Amino acid sequence: MNKSFKLSAVTLATSALLALLGNSVASAAEPALPVITQELVAPPQLPPPITRKSAAHVVVNLTVEEVEREIAPGTRYTFWTFGGTVPGKMIRVREGDTVELHLLNLPDNKLPHNIDLHAVTGPGGGAGQTLIAPGNEASFTFKALSSGLYVYHCATAPVGMHVANGMYGMILVEPKEGLPPVDKEFYVMQGDFYTDGNYRAPGLQNFDMQKAIDEKPTYVLFNGADGALTGANSLTAKANEKVRMFFGVGGPNITSSFHIIGTIFDRVYTEGGTKVQENVQTTMVPAGGSAIVEFTPRVPGNLTLVDHSLTRAFNKGAIGLISVSGPEKPEIYSKGIKKPLAANSIAKATAPAKAAAKPAVAAAPAAPAIHARGKAVFDSACAVCHQADGKGVAGVFPPLAHSDFFQQRPYEMAHIVLNGRSGTLVVNGAKYNGVMPAQDLNDEDISAVINYISVEMNDGHAVLTPEQVREMRKKR
Amino acid sequence: MCTPALRPLRLAALVLLSATAVSVHASDSAMPDYRAIAGGSLRTVLPADGVATDASVAPFQLRSRLVTNAEFAAFVRQQSVWQRGQAPALFVASTYLSGWSSASDYRPLAADAPVTRVSWFAAQAFCESEGARLPRWYEWEFGAAADATRADARDDEAWLAHILHWYADAGKQAPRSVASKPPNFYGIHDLHGLVWEWVEDYSGLFVNADSRAKGEQKLLDYCGGAAVTLADRRNYAILMRLALLSAMEAQQDGANLGFRCARDATPTRQGIP
Repeated sequence: MNKSFKLSAVTLATSALLALLGNSVASAAEPALPVITQELVAPPQLPPPITRKSAAHVVVNLTVEEVEREIAPGTRYTFWTFGGTVPGKMIRVREGDTVELHLLNLPDNKLPHNIDLHAVTGPGGGAGQTLIAPGNEASFTFKALSSGLYVYHCATAPVGMHVANGMYGMILVEPKEGLPPVDKEFYVMQGDFYTDGNYRAPGLQNFDMQKAIDEKPTYVLFNGADGALTGANSLTAKANEKVRMFFGVGGPNITSSFHIIGTIFDRVYTEGGTKVQENVQTTMVPAGGSAIVEFTPRVPGNLTLVDHSLTRAFNKGAIGLISVSGPEKPEIYSKGIKKPLAANSIAKATAPAKAAAKPAVAAAPAAPAIHARGKAVFDSACAVCHQADGKGVAGVFPPLAHSDFFQQRPYEMAHIVLNGRSGTLVVNGAKYNGVMPAQDLNDEDISAVINYISVEMNDGHAVLTPEQVREMRKKR
Repeated sequence: MCTPALRPLRLAALVLLSATAVSVHASDSAMPDYRAIAGGSLRTVLPADGVATDASVAPFQLRSRLVTNAEFAAFVRQQSVWQRGQAPALFVASTYLSGWSSASDYRPLAADAPVTRVSWFAAQAFCESEGARLPRWYEWEFGAAADATRADARDDEAWLAHILHWYADAGKQAPRSVASKPPNFYGIHDLHGLVWEWVEDYSGLFVNADSRAKGEQKLLDYCGGAAVTLADRRNYAILMRLALLSAMEAQQDGANLGFRCARDATPTRQGIP
């Protein structure tokens, strides 16, 4: 970006501001504050904790960027952003700091924008000072009087649409004494999006004003994209690391029942303020509000971020993953045992004690169980398009049953399940030109479903092991 | 009505221009086409009382096409004071006509694309050169309420959604040719879907006309202001026009900001008297 331009503008504005400060506020005994330029990084990262013990004059250069990019695999959307990301880049200052905020509306943008920071004490939160057309820069200063985690957002009419297109982020005002040290920090925001096509409808999607007014989002997402925090983008942590997550809801409309499957929040700074609640399962976060949650993973595996208003998670995209590494700790969480009920216990449900008394042995997964697993995956993930009998829909969804493509290229089928596919495809001599999204399935499930389709629908046999899928996943 | 804050500057612009010739672009294009619009009562998004009062729009004429690069180039050849590099910094920004290859050559931009990167002062000067002025907000809003077949299509949600698409598009491309799509009910092209447009009274739009209402400023530029001031909040496309205009200064310009001209119902066809 145009760095030299920015720097010179900042220098000018800074010196002008310092002159002002010298005349008014700081006239008594307060020495001139050291000037620091805020480092801005893309979420889920955020600037490091503040180590200084005194106030500073923090200069923030935030750009407004209108960008078209994927909202879901194969689905594009025009986002309006602070700093090019959804959520916007996090600002991190210390209670008592003076913040000099510069908003740069890039010349190739189309729309006017501004910023309202909830950390500001004063009407409009900066909105009036910063309303600018493309190709302009605005600035103002405010004093960060109160510590807390605050949302900022665009407040240009129609405000709901600007926010619905991704124009929100957060500013953390650390208390003077700082926050207790942790091992990892993350920055995640939830937002609701309204497209005229359905969830995961392919191609470029337009904003749907009616869905927005009706508060019926097509997508509810963490960090601005379906999959922003899953797959290769999953967050990572080690067992026993203290993790702090700065979580906010940009909205514009939908609040969050924020929950992480597989952990308990040791501490929650409720609503992003100063009071801490302990041992919380789910914390309610309002639109335009926040929470700081702290937790400590103890065992390896995936923790799953969700909005526990659950159809948002499972039908609209509000899912993220934290991949935790470390040694197994069966005394905290065991692997578990699954087996069929003994025949007599099915008949006599009143006498389960005998079955439970049998020694616990983890049985090697039997072939029938894998076959059943494959069918379950097929029914939940494939049948909706390729139909329950696997015959597909002529011209729209290619057949999986009695498919020459499948029989000749079962590995490629697994690759498609793993990575998605778009473009033309010839199956049994008929041409298809659609989009299949990548499926969020684990190695075992992909192997099971491919083998199920091979055996049940193509008179074949098992062709793929979970290990082969794992290798395939590494290479993508 | 309220007085726009920049009136003194505008008068200065007129003084600056009063000595220059006004007959323009005989060779570059046909006489500009103005369409008569009868006016009447308008359910505006900016009611003068801040509540719901309809605006009254007097009969006027509106240029059917946006002013093009070719037309504006002819104008600056006639009135060199409006050429890039010569126009005073008081009236234009450093980005004035910056898409043109020289002070009078609009290439590589298309001849029939709408001229953009023009200040309010330059736009007003152009309109005066053809015996016109910039349209007033209520005139523009009146004309822009029409779709191809109806004088007022604003209760048609499908149409509102349709015109909104242009605003949601990130717009990195230069605007295409004017009048490449069919005109609206009044014979006017491109009121939606091509560029933003200057209006004559833009800087006075957001001031309360009623001095009895505590003289409060009705700012559009933040949440609260937008929520309490605007009527017809469903018309997002129009709200964005107002937000853009309220962000502008009269000497500024924009890559997607153009203009057309308007006249009173009985125009002085011979230019500035």
